[in-house]
Amino acid sequence: MEIKVLGPGCPKCQQTMQQVEKAIVETGVNAEVSKVTDTLKIAEYGVFGTPAVVVDGEVKSVGKIPSVEDIKTWIQG
Amino acid sequence: MTKECCQSNNNVMILACSGASNVGQLSNQAAIELTQEGYGKMFCLAGIGGQLSGFVQSAKDVPNLVAIDGCQVGCAKAILDQAGIAAKCYIVLTDDPGIEKNKDFELKREEIDQVKSTIKGLPLAEEAPVASGSGGCCSCS
Repeated sequence: MEIKVLGPGCPKCQQTMQQVEKAIVETGVNAEVSKVTDTLKIAEYGVFGTPAVVVDGEVKSVGKIPSVEDIKTWIQG
Repeated sequence: MTKECCQSNNNVMILACSGASNVGQLSNQAAIELTQEGYGKMFCLAGIGGQLSGFVQSAKDVPNLVAIDGCQVGCAKAILDQAGIAAKCYIVLTDDPGIEKNKDFELKREEIDQVKSTIKGLPLAEEAPVASGSGGCCSCS
């Protein structure tokens, strides 16, 4: 599974990254997590704002810090 | 860029039908000018129609969404309905401000201003601007 956190590196983006990492630890899901900080790359996802979370190519959350519980539902399918 | 993120005060998404009539193009021009003036940020309705996840999820998560249809055909509303997105703030220009639909693409300044004024009078779900650190989005992309 591939998870991307989109955002230039603001505090909300960093908190989102932490939430994602926490969800992965708690579920034990095998996932590769990466940050996308380049604004042009972020724009390719068509998101209105950041932070945003992308799971296996599908945008799951935009412009807010998702809860760990929400992230768990995305990565556990 | 990092400093600017989360300091944006722009949490109003503007979606225009941009249709092939005077009122469709009035919706488009009003969306452009409202974006330039800082009222909100125009976004791609076509991306939502194409069911691209970034566009659909953005419209679902944004605190304030203004959808503008030129006429009662309601293309913008239909696209939002099909994507399961609530049109939190919705206007049809032939109803309000009541502009007659035709095929004249020479837009009138007074009609553009009328449309913008009507949109600015719509009640938003959340008052913009959103302060840094609150639940709003960082519109930095």
